[in-house]
Amino acid sequence: MPNVIYVDSSDVQRTIDVADGVSVMQGAVANGIDGIVAECGGNAMCATCHVYVDEADLARLAAMTADEDALLDGAASERRESSRLSCQIVMTAGLDGLVVHLPERQV
Amino acid sequence: MISSVVIVGAGHAGVQAAISLRQNGFEGAIKLVNNEPYLPYQRPPLSKAYLKGAGDPNTLAFRPAQFYADQRIELIGDRAIAINRAAHAVRLASGESLSYGHLVLATGATHRRLSIAGATAEIAYVSNLLEAEALRQRLQSVPRTLVIGAGFIGLEFAATARSKGAKVDVIELATRVMARAVTPEMSHYFQRKHEIAGITFHFGVQIEQIVQETDGFRARLSDGRDLAADLIVAGIGVQPNIDLAVDAGLSTASGIVVDANLLTDDPDISAIGDCTFFPSVHAHEGVRLESVQNATDQARCISARLTGKPHPYASLPWFWSDQGEEKLQIAGLAVGTDRTVLRGDPDGSSFSVFCYKAGKLIAVESVNRAADHMVGRKVLGAGKTIDPEVVADANVDLKRMIA
Repeated sequence: MPNVIYVDSSDVQRTIDVADGVSVMQGAVANGIDGIVAECGGNAMCATCHVYVDEADLARLAAMTADEDALLDGAASERRESSRLSCQIVMTAGLDGLVVHLPERQV
Repeated sequence: MISSVVIVGAGHAGVQAAISLRQNGFEGAIKLVNNEPYLPYQRPPLSKAYLKGAGDPNTLAFRPAQFYADQRIELIGDRAIAINRAAHAVRLASGESLSYGHLVLATGATHRRLSIAGATAEIAYVSNLLEAEALRQRLQSVPRTLVIGAGFIGLEFAATARSKGAKVDVIELATRVMARAVTPEMSHYFQRKHEIAGITFHFGVQIEQIVQETDGFRARLSDGRDLAADLIVAGIGVQPNIDLAVDAGLSTASGIVVDANLLTDDPDISAIGDCTFFPSVHAHEGVRLESVQNATDQARCISARLTGKPHPYASLPWFWSDQGEEKLQIAGLAVGTDRTVLRGDPDGSSFSVFCYKAGKLIAVESVNRAADHMVGRKVLGAGKTIDPEVVADANVDLKRMIA
């Protein structure tokens, strides 16, 4: 099963198995990772599942939709080039080892 | 400092209250009373994704069971039946009693039932997981479907049923869809899109009687026509669950009455979410809001107060509804709109209605146009407005309007 490495804002890391077809957000919520809130349940409506994708992994992800782009403007923490909504990153074997950094705030 | 919090209701508001209390450093006991036999779960998917999927309730749970254990949030599978305010205790259906330092009522709302002549036991509602699971199975046989009510729930369900190939008729007493909640321009857009998908609407009628036939049902409408159906689903609004409050002598109106800090008449009882009637700084009047945003933001507000950081509730209302391919998003409350400015093409597949009252922007309705919605949330959230002439100018990028 592919792994995701969640790095929180104090640099504490956790490696979680996130199955093919499951989003990075769902992987976090199912495993008690505090820094992802996911208020709208993965509908790209609330921007509380915001993550900063590690530089090395950005190119591996599918391009974001116009909706995700718009929602990221509403994220509580600063938007960066590496910002993505983790509910829109769906795991595949090709994303094994994906590293995401959690912002300081989601609300 | 309060020693213990009892939260009655494990929906969006109740669960968020428990989560936020721990996040804010509350160390006392948290008991979350859940009157359904499932782990606390999300409601929005019940009319949409859950009906289309394989029926795994685990996909709906807010958090896994371990989360509650790790956070020392005690899930109590029982139903609250009475509050003894003097004793600071809640009696449960099992006979148990829970003491509280502070009580949070997050009891939500229950679907209104249709009361007409005939086979009313056959009318289904999209109300909870149990009912949604029954509907999911029914939809697999592609039934002739009659939906009563063209509000958000009715339309979401209708679009879902249609996507599974069902013949769908929707009846609505008003003259347009979502009449209570959106502008006429937005109503007409959604009616057009749903009709293109093959849904048939019947406006200005209601159902008078349902007769069981050998093959399904016959619904008699108020205009004398009959509609045949195998499945009848009603989405005609909800009523707040206020019985506990009423019986305990707390003020109630069209919801449990709370002040600007979401406190009831009793200083040791708060209320949050779909069940509350609260003073809205956005509507400038008392309102009851049925939305995930209101539930979660009110939960955060009281959790801050209970951990020493009180502030009045002033969160901007926002809302979404996914109907088939159409994503409706609303920022603000359009009550009292006296002027609208459109952006985008209402005859296309993406447009917004900017709603003004006395020259000030009060709400933005958007369909498939998340950027306008986010501009609306930012501007309205900051108490600001955008000049209608600017909104009307398609050449202006509204994002630049936000500092």
